[in-house]
Parts: sequence; structure tokens; C-alpha cells
Amino acid sequence: MTKRSLMFYLLSVAVVGFAFAAGGVDGPVQKQAVNPLAITMFIIFVAATLGITYWAAKRTKTAKDFYTAGGGITGFQNGLAIAGDFMSAASFLGIAGLVYTSGYDGLLYSIGFLVGWPIVMFLLSEPLRNLGKYTFADVTSFRLEQRRIRILAAIGSLSVVTFYLIAQMVGAGKLIQLLFGLSYSTAVIVVGSLMIIYVAFGGMLATTWIQIIKAILLLGGASFMAFMVLLHFGFSFENLFQTAVSVHSKGEKIMAPGGLVSDPLNAISLGLALMFGTAGLPHILMRFFTVPNAKEARKSVFFATGFIGYFYILTFIIGFGAIALFVQHPEYFQNAKQIVIDGITKIVDANDPAKNLVGDKKALVGGENMTAIHLAEAVGGPAFMGFISAVAFATILAVVAGLTLAGASTVSHDLYANVFAKEKDEQKEVKVSKIATFIIGIFAIVLGIVFEKQNVAFMVGLAFAIAASVNFPILILSIYWRNLTTTGAFWGGLAGLVVALVLIVISPTVWVDVLKNPEPIIKLKNPAIFSMLTTFVLTILISKLDSSQRAKEDREGFEPQYVRTQTGIGAEGAVHH
Amino acid sequence: MNKALIEKIKNDTDFQKLVKERTRIMIILTLAELVVYFGFILLVAFNKEFLAQKLGDSVITIGIPIGIGVIVISFLLTGIYVYIANKDFDELTEKIKQKYARGE
Repeated sequence: MTKRSLMFYLLSVAVVGFAFAAGGVDGPVQKQAVNPLAITMFIIFVAATLGITYWAAKRTKTAKDFYTAGGGITGFQNGLAIAGDFMSAASFLGIAGLVYTSGYDGLLYSIGFLVGWPIVMFLLSEPLRNLGKYTFADVTSFRLEQRRIRILAAIGSLSVVTFYLIAQMVGAGKLIQLLFGLSYSTAVIVVGSLMIIYVAFGGMLATTWIQIIKAILLLGGASFMAFMVLLHFGFSFENLFQTAVSVHSKGEKIMAPGGLVSDPLNAISLGLALMFGTAGLPHILMRFFTVPNAKEARKSVFFATGFIGYFYILTFIIGFGAIALFVQHPEYFQNAKQIVIDGITKIVDANDPAKNLVGDKKALVGGENMTAIHLAEAVGGPAFMGFISAVAFATILAVVAGLTLAGASTVSHDLYANVFAKEKDEQKEVKVSKIATFIIGIFAIVLGIVFEKQNVAFMVGLAFAIAASVNFPILILSIYWRNLTTTGAFWGGLAGLVVALVLIVISPTVWVDVLKNPEPIIKLKNPAIFSMLTTFVLTILISKLDSSQRAKEDREGFEPQYVRTQTGIGAEGAVHH
Repeated sequence: MNKALIEKIKNDTDFQKLVKERTRIMIILTLAELVVYFGFILLVAFNKEFLAQKLGDSVITIGIPIGIGVIVISFLLTGIYVYIANKDFDELTEKIKQKYARGE
């Protein structure tokens, strides 16, 4: 056994053993009873993924293997992996819960999360593949000055990864506490350690296959749930919606948009963040370097969009199924009783029969995020609920692994190899990325524990806003706009980042919800509309006025870049082992 | 790639055709997606009543097929791009590569 595989083995045993041992430790009040079925299924998943990681580790030797799985992933596989990277537990459990509490409004989020994909396809997928090697900063710095552009890309990527990762870790801790009965900190440590093992040893190859398996499990599980819901209602949507409307506390209001999107400015700003944020997420952009050419790159987006769209339609059916079927299950509610009025079964407050509890987020055992989990039990019994719980855990693991890999790649490839290192040495670069994986992993565990009691709901929105205001504008301008200069990109991107951060701090989501001030300074909840505008306007303005020697080189570099963007001549190829 | 080769590729009719076609398709499809999505968002922001209209005697509102429609149209647009790219762009790209790629 080599030193590396021994280390891999010891770490794996330690994590699994720790999860077992911690199962009996007493945790905070909301902790549920240990769910042995769910834990068994989860351990099977973990064993399988560790097996894959071991297999991948043996095939991960060069930097190209580590960052791009050797570049030989097919478009279909990459499409599934992108879907696996993108469909987080928040979008599965969160959107199902949102549909359960508000009906139609849940669909608005699903749509927002989907519409970025065509933009990625039309504007970015092929140029990314043709110009880049390991990270999207390879593309933005193609003709601009390496140093400043890599630093900007690293700031953008690492802020997106950090905020996204904290939100995922805190969500993971709370969810696992509910699903498996592990304590919060145990859950965060298990998730963090597994993601370190996957990424540090198996690199992009292991991460890709974990995402593919997770995507298949999640799509399969959600399909089965939606199928069972529809079966129950004789495959009649009319029947399903009719029942849902008759039992939900909001009645017919669940069939149309409600309070979620209140004013137009907020609606458009959130829409911009979701649409263009998707096109600026470093862990998603990185996936385009795993396929052999531009043709496979575009194919991957087609499959990804199909899988993600299908998945969101399923969550809509799952949410409405929960509304319609939970009336048969008073045991999913706290302090509730079942009554029959005019032949319609309802769930009401045990002390106040006038209070309908269906759709009330607080009344559901475990809160609204448990909607899909309860529904799994309602349609498939405890075994299926165990399966869905394990899938939710797997979902979190795949997403955090993707984020960690993107963060580590930025540190090693953008910062170490292209800014700080005196000479290029790919072996050293891989070593740095592995060390970075450990550091980011430990950092994520610590932050996950520190933020346990904080409201982190704003962080995903902030990650999307930063991606839309820093990464996306610079990427699009560097690919398509001849006059972009290093100075313009650098200051424009930084200004967009600052505007996004400042606006979110003084907005209702942080100023009121986190800092507990009575009134927000501005009403806008998502800063994207102003921060994106800042980046575009400033970048264009500064670039136009830039008459430095570097600016001349930046502009002259456009033609060769343009030819390569369009034709792929000179692009990175795949390696075959 | 050296300057002379870049000049040659730039002046190649196949290259110009590829760039023109791809840019046209890219702009049309991007605009289509923007119009569909932001049209929908503006409808949600300004005219909730329109989306709340019921389809005949059904409880289903017009907002549901429209919302699902945005998802389906987005997917179809990516399909259209792949179809056109596979049919037209790849062939042109291959031709250009055949002519010039050896000079890298």
C-alpha cells in the first residue's frame, strides 16, 4: 500500500467511525431520534463514493487529471454532473417546502434557477472550452495581464465559494440533525471531512462521478415521488390541484403568484442575479473543461438544462402533492387534529379548530424543509423515506465537493501558479491544490459551526449576486469586447463586488434579518441590478479611457483570441490513459 | 498562431461565414430567452391578476402553463442551438481547421 492510499484509507475509516460513534451523543433540542434505515443507506452511499474516490485517486496524477478529470468526460456525463453540481439540497427540499407553503411562488424560484442555462449555452459554453484550461480565469486572462486579472478572478471565485459553502454547511448540519439524529457539529464535521477526502484524493474525476451518481439518485427518487402523487390522483392534474386548493390554508391563492415578488425592482434584480449568477459560478464554469471539445461542451448544457428543468417540474408536483396528501397524516403536524367539514378532511390546530395548518411552515414537524421527506414516507413508507434522506445527504456532499474543488483550483492554479510561483511546476501546483483543499475544508467546517445559530438565508443570494456582478461581466467582456483592458476589468470588477456587499448589508436581508435593526436602509433585497450595472459601466468607461501600454497589448490580443474562440484552433485537448 | 496566419483565417470566407452565422444565432436566441424570462417576471410584478385567471371551470390558472412553459421554452432554445450548431457550425469549423490548424 502506498503512502497516499494508506492515508486515504485511514481518513475514510476515521470519518465513518466518527459518524457511528457520534450517533449516540446527545445534541440540541430539535435533534430527532437516530434513523437507522436512513443511516444504513447513507453508509452504503458513502462506501460507494469512497470506492470511487480510491479508483479515481489511482488515475489522478497530473494537474490536468486533478482539475479536469483528464478532459475526457462526455457531454451526456457532464450534463448529469452539472445537474448534480447545481441541484442542491436547498433547491430540492427548499423549493418543495416553498411550494408547500406558498404554492405558485415556489415555481418562480425554480424558473429563476433554470433560465441562466440557455445564457451559459449561447454565450459561454463553447468559448470557455476553446479558450480555457482549468479555471475560468484562464479565459479572462487570455489576453489581459495575468497578475491583476487572476487576482480579481480569485477574489470573485473565493467570495462566491465561501458564501455558498457556508450556506450549504449550515443547511447540511441542520438537515442531517433532523434526518439522521446526528448532532449539528458531528454532521458538519462528517460532511466537511468527506468532501476533503473526495476532492484531495480523487480530484475532478471522483467529484464528477459523485455528482453523476447523486444526480441519478435524486432524479430517480423525485420521479418516483411525483409518479406516486400523480398515481394517487388518477394522473389528473385537475384532481391534484383541486384537492390542494380545497385543503390549503391559503385556498385558491396558491394557484397564482403572491407576495414573494412584491415590487418590480426587486423582481428584476433577483431575476438578474439568478440568471447571470448561474453564468458566473466558478464550480459550474469549471465543468466545461472536463469535456474534450466545444461540441461536447454545448451538448452538456443541453442535457443539464433538460435534467434541471425536469427536476424543477417534479419539485412543483411534489410540493402540491404534499399539500394534497398531508391531510391524511396528522402525525406530520405539531399539536394538530384531523377534522371533516362538508366532506373535506382538514388538519387544524388542536386548540383552535378554526386554524387550518396545511401550508403553515411552523406547524410541520421539522419545518417546511421536511416537506419532501414527509411526502417520501407518505407515498413510499419508511424505507423510501430513508432512501430520500440519504439522497438529500448525498446531494449536499456532491455540491460541497464541487465548491471545494473550485475554491482549491482558484488558489492553486490562479493564485499560486500564475501570481506567486516563480516558475511553472505542475506537480507542485497539484500539491498546493491538495493543501488548499484541506484548508478550505477545515475553514468550511469551522465556519459551519460558527454560523450554526445565524440566519444564513441571504448567503446563497449574495453568492449569485457576486457571481453575476464580478465573474460574469468580466468573462463576457473579455470574450466579446475588443476594447476591454486589464485596468478596466480590474477596477470595474472590484467596484461591482463592493457595491454588491454594501447593498446587501444595508438591505432588509442583513440589516433587519441578521443585524436585527428595525428598518432597512434600502428596500432592495438583492443588489444585482445595481452591482452588475456598476461593473459593466465602470469597466467599459475605464477601458475606453485607458491609453496605457498594457491596454494596447490587451486590445492587440483580441484578434488571436477571437479566432481561437470561434474555431477552437489551439484549444486544450483531452488526454487518454 | 502567428500574425500572418490570423490575418489569413480572418479573411477566409468560411471563417467569416461561421462568425456571422454564429453571432446571429447567439443574439437571436439570447434575446429570445431574455424576452421570455423578463416578460414573465414583469407579468408577475405588474399583472398578477392576468396570471391568476382560471382556465375555464378548472382550478388551474393560466399562470401554471405559462410558468412551466418558461422552463420548457428555455430547454427547447438550448435544443435549437445544439441542432443548428451540429448542422452548420461544426462542418465550417472542421473546414477551417483542415485548412489552417497545421500552421499552429
